[in-house]
Amino acid sequence: MHEELNNLSEKDLLDAGIDLKERQRSATFVQIDEKPSLFRTMFEGIELLPTEDAIKKYPRFEQYIGKAFSAINKDFPRDTKGGFFLLVKKGANVVFPIQVCLFLKKKSFSQKIHNVILVEEGATAYVINGCTSDKASKDSLHVGVSEYYVEKGGYLNFTMIHSWTEEVSVQPKSVALVEEGGVFVSNYVCLKPVREIVMYPSCVLNGRGSRASFSSIILGHKGSLQDIGSRVVFRAEETSAEILSRTVSMGGRIIARGHLKAQCPSVKAHLECQGLIVSEKGSIHAIPELETDYRDVDMSHEAAIGKISKEEIEYLASRGIDENTARSVIIRGFMDTDILGLPEELRMQIEGLKEKLTDSSM
Amino acid sequence: MELLHIKDISVTVEGKQILSNIDLSIGKGKVFVLFGPNGSGKSTLMKSIVGISGYNIISGDIIFEGRSLLNLSIDERAKFGIAMMFQHPPKVRGVKLSQLARMLCNDKKKIEKYIELLNLGYLFDRDLNVDFSGGEMKRAELLQIILMRPKLILLDEPESGVDIENISIMGKVLDEYLKESGASCFVISHTGYIIEYVKATDGCLMLDGNLYCVGNPYKLFETIKEYGYEKCKECDIRHA
Ligand SMILES: Nc1ncnc2c1ncn2[C@@H]1O[C@H](COP(=O)(O)OP(=O)(O)OP(=O)(O)O)[C@@H](O)[C@H]1O
Ligand SMILES: [Mg+2]
Repeated sequence: MHEELNNLSEKDLLDAGIDLKERQRSATFVQIDEKPSLFRTMFEGIELLPTEDAIKKYPRFEQYIGKAFSAINKDFPRDTKGGFFLLVKKGANVVFPIQVCLFLKKKSFSQKIHNVILVEEGATAYVINGCTSDKASKDSLHVGVSEYYVEKGGYLNFTMIHSWTEEVSVQPKSVALVEEGGVFVSNYVCLKPVREIVMYPSCVLNGRGSRASFSSIILGHKGSLQDIGSRVVFRAEETSAEILSRTVSMGGRIIARGHLKAQCPSVKAHLECQGLIVSEKGSIHAIPELETDYRDVDMSHEAAIGKISKEEIEYLASRGIDENTARSVIIRGFMDTDILGLPEELRMQIEGLKEKLTDSSM
Repeated sequence: MELLHIKDISVTVEGKQILSNIDLSIGKGKVFVLFGPNGSGKSTLMKSIVGISGYNIISGDIIFEGRSLLNLSIDERAKFGIAMMFQHPPKVRGVKLSQLARMLCNDKKKIEKYIELLNLGYLFDRDLNVDFSGGEMKRAELLQIILMRPKLILLDEPESGVDIENISIMGKVLDEYLKESGASCFVISHTGYIIEYVKATDGCLMLDGNLYCVGNPYKLFETIKEYGYEKCKECDIRHA
């Protein structure tokens, strides 16, 4: 293994879904601060390189830089350094996940990277993107600019696991473009404390019959701000999308946004924000938005925020389970990993992490 | 030997008095049946024993194995050996029946045995009580209670919503447990089906928050069936 990686805690990385032993993984990319430290693929249907290297090797990929951002008239930040370029070749069916890890180590450092994923026609891939930081990385900032392209009939299952430390601010900016019959599944998990996360990833359904699904599980610790949303823009007929979020505030401030925007008819979409406030000091603000200029759409939303039901706690207590345990069992159940489209091994890992974090903060 | 003594308790719910001066004693190994019309306060009595919040005991005491329960939390009472089958258990989304079963009992073999006996295999990975049918809910409740290995089982209408075959299955599981453990049982019943499977030793009638007529449960049930609850109240063998 790469020497720079020796100093990373394997356990911390596992909490972010990154397995350096590469059991059941088809490719790995690790960037520490500004430097891509490791990248390799174990599967021939894919290429995984630092973005700068990829453009040098395949000049035709230049066209993908900034393309997704301009599709929604969003400013594309060009001052990035590092990041990964993942190519999943036409027709490739990559069963084991591709793992990418973005690691913040320095103090007062600003990591600003550009990632691109290109899933070519008919290809399938699972990506685990683990972001984590060292305890030493105080006052650091992570800005991840990402563009995802899912071509005709492609399938991309993208899981982002944020596993930061209290002193770090994070601003991922990402846009996905999905062509005819393509599917983009985005899972987001953030269970560890962080100072601030602001993100509002968007997905544009560009081709007929394409589909998007965003699911998030967010745990807000005391002193943190998580302003997190998902947006789907419908630009083709017979498209559909679903946005689900489960947020739990144990004292932090959470803003759970969701926006479904139909720019053509024959769209089916649903948005669901469910929040649970566990601590007196917690706050959750759910902002679900539906928007259409057409009549022939089927769009709905559901939002509910509440506290843990006393009746449920007392029910479990009557089985001899003490109140704190009952509470954390219910919270863990609320953050239901079944809503995510995760590979089983990763789901188990997240269950373990959930258990650890909900117990320790009760 | 006495296991539970409900000592002259009065209970209010949301400021309204529901139970008045209830006095009742359940011996070790006994099966005590509580009859009474809808709304008379039967569930209120059981919830007061378990310690559910909102059920305020304004006077009297509840003694279990010589200790007062009144200052104990719900889970402490459960740990002392009291387990209740809820009439209307709440849905607990995200918590699976299997998960709870494992929290209640370390013995995998035992869990498997009761899963099999109570035909709960297909519900094992479902969220607790979420979309369970009436009968499924009662079987899942019985599973949890048996796994807790209590000294006192409180059953709030174990037969309601359960089909004839499942009542027989539940009755047998319960009977076997009571025999092997020597536990006592306090059971609310409208239909009397359950006491065809477990041998009841005592019975009493609750009307309007008052207890009447402690006696032979089978005779009591026959009398209620023949003359109705109100007539039962006038009967001169009134004890309590
Ligand atoms: N939490 C509560 N809030 C308000 N009223 C209550 C509550 N619990 C019980 N009551 C009232 O107390 C009375 C007795 O209710 P309880 O549930 O004990 O009756 P029960 O004898 O079990 O009836 P059933 O046979 O229908 O189950 C009823 O009038 C009921 O509406
Ligand atoms: Mg009742």
